[in-house]
Amino acid sequence: MFLWGSNARDAHPIWFHHLLKGIQNGARLHVVDPRRTSSAEWADVWLGLNVGSDIALSNAMAREIIHAGLHDETFIARGTTGFEAFRDSVEPYTLELAAAATGIPADVIRDSAHQYAKADRAMICWTLGITEHHNAVDNVVSLINLALLTGHVGRYGCGCNPLRGQNNVQGGGDMGALPNKLPGFQDVDNPEHRTKFERVWKRDILPEIGLNLTEMMYAMEHKELTALYVIGENPAQSDADATHVAHLLDQLDHLVVQEIFLTKTAQLAHVVFPATATWAEGEGTVTNSERRVQRVRKAVEPPGEARDELWIMSELAKRMGRGWGHPSAEDVWDELRSLSPDHAGMSYARLDALGGLQWPCRDETDPGTLFLHARLWDEDPAKRGRLAPFSVVQHEGPVEQPSDEYPLTLTTGRRLESYNTGVQTGGYLSPLHRGESLDLSPEDAARLGIEQGDMVQVTSRRGTVQAPAHIDRGLRAGVVFMTLHFPDAIATNLLTINATDPRSGTAEFKACAVRVEPIRVAHSVGARRAEPFAAAGDD
Amino acid sequence: MDLHLRHAAPTDDERAAVDALLGPPRSAWDGGERGDIRDAHTAAGGREAREQRHLLLPALRALQARVGWLSETGLDYVCARLNVPPADAWGVATFYALLSTSPRAPRVLHVCDDIACRCKGAAELIETLERTVGPAHSHAPHGDQVAIDPEGAVWMRSPCLGLCDHAPAAFVQEAGVEPREFLVGDAAAVILGEGEGSRSLRRSFDSLRSLRMTSNGAQLGMTSNGAQLGVTVDIPQRGDPALILLKRVGVVDPTAISAYRTTGGFDALRKAIEIGADAVIREVTDSKLLGRGGAAFPTGRKWDAVAKQPARTKYLICNADESEPGTFKDRVLLDGDPFAIVEAMTIAGFATGCERGFLYIRGEYPLGAERMQHAIDESREHGFLGADILGRGVRFDIEIRRGAGAYICGEETAIFNSIEGYRGEPRNKPPFPAQAGLFGLPTVVNNVETLANIPFIVLEGGAAFARIGTEQSAGPRLFCLSGHVTRPGVYEVPFGKTLRELIELAGGVANGRTLQTVLLGGAAGVFVGPDELDMPLTFEGVRAAKATLGSGVILLFDDTVNMSQILLRIASFFRDESCGQCVPCRVGTVRQEEALYRIASGKPLGGVAQEIALLDEVGLAMKDASICGLGQTAYSAIESAIHRVRVLGMT
Amino acid sequence: MTAASQPLVQLQRPTHATDQSRRMSTRTISCTIDGTPISVREGTTIFDACRQMGTEIPTLCFLDTLHPVNVCRVCVVELEGARVLVPSCSRAVEEGMVVHTNSPRVQHSRKLVLEMLASSVDLSTTPNVAEWIAEYDAKPERFGPPAPPAPAGTRDASIAGHHAPPNPDFAATVAEPTKIDNDLYVRDYAKCILCYKCVEACGPDHQNTFAIAVAGRGFDAHISTEFAVPLPESACVYCGNCIAVCPTGALMAKTEFDKRAAGNWDESRMTATDTICPYCGVGCTLRLHVDEGEIVKATSPLENAITQGNLCIKGRFGWRFVQNTAAPAGSDVGNGRH
Repeated sequence: MFLWGSNARDAHPIWFHHLLKGIQNGARLHVVDPRRTSSAEWADVWLGLNVGSDIALSNAMAREIIHAGLHDETFIARGTTGFEAFRDSVEPYTLELAAAATGIPADVIRDSAHQYAKADRAMICWTLGITEHHNAVDNVVSLINLALLTGHVGRYGCGCNPLRGQNNVQGGGDMGALPNKLPGFQDVDNPEHRTKFERVWKRDILPEIGLNLTEMMYAMEHKELTALYVIGENPAQSDADATHVAHLLDQLDHLVVQEIFLTKTAQLAHVVFPATATWAEGEGTVTNSERRVQRVRKAVEPPGEARDELWIMSELAKRMGRGWGHPSAEDVWDELRSLSPDHAGMSYARLDALGGLQWPCRDETDPGTLFLHARLWDEDPAKRGRLAPFSVVQHEGPVEQPSDEYPLTLTTGRRLESYNTGVQTGGYLSPLHRGESLDLSPEDAARLGIEQGDMVQVTSRRGTVQAPAHIDRGLRAGVVFMTLHFPDAIATNLLTINATDPRSGTAEFKACAVRVEPIRVAHSVGARRAEPFAAAGDD
Repeated sequence: MDLHLRHAAPTDDERAAVDALLGPPRSAWDGGERGDIRDAHTAAGGREAREQRHLLLPALRALQARVGWLSETGLDYVCARLNVPPADAWGVATFYALLSTSPRAPRVLHVCDDIACRCKGAAELIETLERTVGPAHSHAPHGDQVAIDPEGAVWMRSPCLGLCDHAPAAFVQEAGVEPREFLVGDAAAVILGEGEGSRSLRRSFDSLRSLRMTSNGAQLGMTSNGAQLGVTVDIPQRGDPALILLKRVGVVDPTAISAYRTTGGFDALRKAIEIGADAVIREVTDSKLLGRGGAAFPTGRKWDAVAKQPARTKYLICNADESEPGTFKDRVLLDGDPFAIVEAMTIAGFATGCERGFLYIRGEYPLGAERMQHAIDESREHGFLGADILGRGVRFDIEIRRGAGAYICGEETAIFNSIEGYRGEPRNKPPFPAQAGLFGLPTVVNNVETLANIPFIVLEGGAAFARIGTEQSAGPRLFCLSGHVTRPGVYEVPFGKTLRELIELAGGVANGRTLQTVLLGGAAGVFVGPDELDMPLTFEGVRAAKATLGSGVILLFDDTVNMSQILLRIASFFRDESCGQCVPCRVGTVRQEEALYRIASGKPLGGVAQEIALLDEVGLAMKDASICGLGQTAYSAIESAIHRVRVLGMT
Repeated sequence: MTAASQPLVQLQRPTHATDQSRRMSTRTISCTIDGTPISVREGTTIFDACRQMGTEIPTLCFLDTLHPVNVCRVCVVELEGARVLVPSCSRAVEEGMVVHTNSPRVQHSRKLVLEMLASSVDLSTTPNVAEWIAEYDAKPERFGPPAPPAPAGTRDASIAGHHAPPNPDFAATVAEPTKIDNDLYVRDYAKCILCYKCVEACGPDHQNTFAIAVAGRGFDAHISTEFAVPLPESACVYCGNCIAVCPTGALMAKTEFDKRAAGNWDESRMTATDTICPYCGVGCTLRLHVDEGEIVKATSPLENAITQGNLCIKGRFGWRFVQNTAAPAGSDVGNGRH
């Protein structure tokens, strides 16, 4: 198991249980992360790379695997394209070059490459450590390259898996909440797909691909986008370079926010629709990281005037002159099943009885699909479908490099007890809540004369925040760490850089250059767990 | 593992103690200094790091020996070094009576309070200590500020120390840069001879340190970091030419491999390798040797079962955790003929296909541990251990693991957990050790005395051995005579002697008094009355008499003894030594002690007969439903005293 | 130094995961249970074999999601030819076994075990045990009146191998004050039967945090953090997976503890609804226990393949925002869902 840019121990604790069971049954764990996280502490090998040097590492591993003859020629021939170009592209990535770029000793890179290649079954899982970079897509495909190279694809216990950070980020994609997709990953620019939907929806569907979040921001900035309907998202605090985003939202002609709380974004809105926490107050489905569709059910009534999300949208449609009636969640789902072949077999009855199904699930006898891409191994070329392409990618490093003025690299992430901007997790008390902090290595702390709990000022080219310091032995000199869990108290995203990946639209939350200075006022923020930091109490 | 460590720096002493055992840390990630550039970018953890756990007890012992207790910083450092969660380490540390998890003076006198020593004034010694020195040491709750006097000394009660032939016994632990541990025989004279009061306890330590203890005119061994190697161990039958197991004890220098070799040492090993593993097992099977630890399982069958296991790695354990009250035979073998144990273990390892052997020796036997370590080192140096034994390509080596005050660790599966660095809790069987034992692999566990028979069997043949003793009880047997007997000690006789003959061999009841009862087999054994002395001490003889040989204990009580106090002490022993895992034993041993306490203090619930009925019911549940032999036999001796010898007068 | 430098070949100690990975053989084994012949797959425990034939064996320490520790001994059965009773929860059926699940010996041991537990532990919130006590005619009071609670910290400070003499007026108990040291869950060890479940769930069977262990020995054995420090100083991550497996209510969410203390806990009027956790993408099933329109507890079904009854701190305790009608104190609003 390669856990790459993921601290699943804290971010996906129950998934990590399964990993630990694998470890008990003999699996080896390699963790690639600039920090020695709690996940990394479980690893047989921790590869503590420099922030943003992932491609140098993966390309060097690929080169090593090829040079050692450990690549899977059968699979490469059968299921892939572009191997030769890829092989040539990684040739400059010697172990020495990678060691220099990543900081990881060459022997460790070599051993890890060999172990990955030689394993019977091996899996690469990643999280935002791979995707929150300006070259996120390059990072992802460079990991896919490794899997293709070794044939660790399309077989049980193999593959490449992004561990989803939210309970329905996969479901959002499934349902077509992507600029280029219709529900069931059908293409907006495919007339055949469009026609199918148009027949049921009795509407024309624009053939143009829409905007991703970054492009929307750009469009707002250029007054090409003047009205926005935001459902369950808090871009005013969750996006990089928060000051700028708030400004863009503020200047919209019309902003509608559908939310369960009056968030920072909702405060900027012209109209707020108070919504339900659907997972407990409504009905529907969500899709988890393993493509398992599961039911959410109503356990309690929503408070006050909060309305079911589906009701809000139906009412909105009605008032815009489209009479949908008031379909139930199951009605909507059944329509989806009629349009998305991958979901066709997933009736509510089956989802209830089986506790969820993994798509593709094409009819009501289909048990669902444990893993994808087995077709690439098929001996019959006709059954292999589109072959998996190797991608040529180059190491670039973060956009912002440390300088004399900003000598430290700030990387961001999550903590176990908190979640994203903290709306939900601010609602309960826990001894683990300790508020935001600037985590830094003992070495940097000593150099800067900072002690545990001291207030420090953190400054990037975009902004400055103050935070108590927390000395973390898992960090090395030169790397500091913050989360975005407590934006009201400490708005970490004032610091982060809005350098986004052109294809995914993700910003480089994982790397920006900062300067840390102690503020010479005594401040008592206690040790990590001894004194719970009540950033948010409950009612 | 993502351990929650405090990363509070250990004291220099703590670090030194742990590093002396484990070597320096490999990286900043296992307790070392930060700063190495490699550490900043990689760490090896995982299975290899977690597999260090078996060194936990040795590391805790090292801390204890150096500092006198296990501090938060010390425990934290051990956990960092061995990748053990602190709560787990705490669970292990609090399992062992010789480890202190709260601040304690560096010098501790453990005074035996058990049944054999009570026949020789232990209760009076303890009463005197309580009166003159003050109460026994007790635990200071966590967080309490306890100033430790670096010169301070405390005393505590102890279960049987295995020095019943020199009762009353004591055991001394002295923490420090050069830690010392030793057993003290005839402790009342030694301790009280110096005067009274706590100052005298401290002075006693000073005198104890330079003392050569004498008791019954015999010199007893004590350790002082090797300085006193060569002190002989005495036995009543010393030099008797008929001896097989004890032939070298007190006669041949136990520290000199040359002396061992000139008296036939390692001839058996040589022959074993010559005839081959299968033949050795055949001889052992033919010898009809039965285990001497108490369970009397055929040794040949045990070896054969392990030898036939397909696993590549198998382990051998010599169980020297002798802790059954009244038992001290293994101590005499370890102290008096350590090379023979090395040789026997090596033969056993060779025969069963084990390349690693562990000698698990109870924590209260420092001299035995020292002698054995010396014998192992010497044997390795002379090619009798190691990767190429006798140049014949045989590979076997022995590692000593020392207990830390837990009777239960002598149970054949608890010993696995103890060696693996876990609480010494017995495991459920099946699986049996021959299938899944130490570290989950096939394991032979043999008692010291059992193994001591092996060289003779190999040299003289199984048939010759089987001719000794009786049809069903082959070979010689060691008996531990103590209590009110004229010449206490370990006696070797061929199977077949009666109880009366054994008592007579030891000079009869001491001071010509009348015998009240005899405890056979230890606290887990059976009391028999003075009318049963013609019982043959063979497996079949005791079985017919519904008694047991157990570990060979023959403990005499004369008519002066208040047996209800002795029964209470036995009950108290089991309550203390129960690991606490299963309900019948954990609670049953408490309920048993409570009932006996109420009887002894004249406050029986509903009368003595009702208490006895309650004891019977509790005893039956313990026997039927407990996980291991401890609970299953915790009522055995008490039951026999009540119903067989009728010491409480009822029934 | 000793052979410390030489690595030892070690197999993984058995855990729930290794139990699960052991492939069940397809071979069929026949045995007789209470006079009825039954055939089961090789590797089936006596407990499971009984379950298959509709005989429920009482147990306290066994749970399908944990490696059996067979310590409570409530589930012991009589096996013909065996010297002592055997724990049905962990003993695999062997060919030809003849098992009696309710023989006089079994009844005696079960009765005594129940008496021992009930006389030393507060079983007032242990499901089923009152019926078992009646069924086996157990009389825990016959050991004498229960001893009053020990002062806080006394049991934590016990020394292995040493104990105070008994008190002839009382039967010893494990009673001690409830440990309340955080807002999420309480530890009432007066109710602890030492079944090891919490230690297994926190440790190798699921969570692998190892915040707690069994410490001390014999009757003084107890569940403890290192140096008995309060939970906020320990390794605890508040997943509550210990609460999920505790069979006696010794470990209890603070919400439930407080409602019980106020006399306001009535499971008969509660509903339980299964939904999916609103946090990360693992998709853990949350069972929301609702009382009078308010969520009072979150659990996960043991039989759920993703969770096996486990959750993390967010899943088990992070639901409160749903019913926080006021904005969380100390912040100028709730922020938005990201």
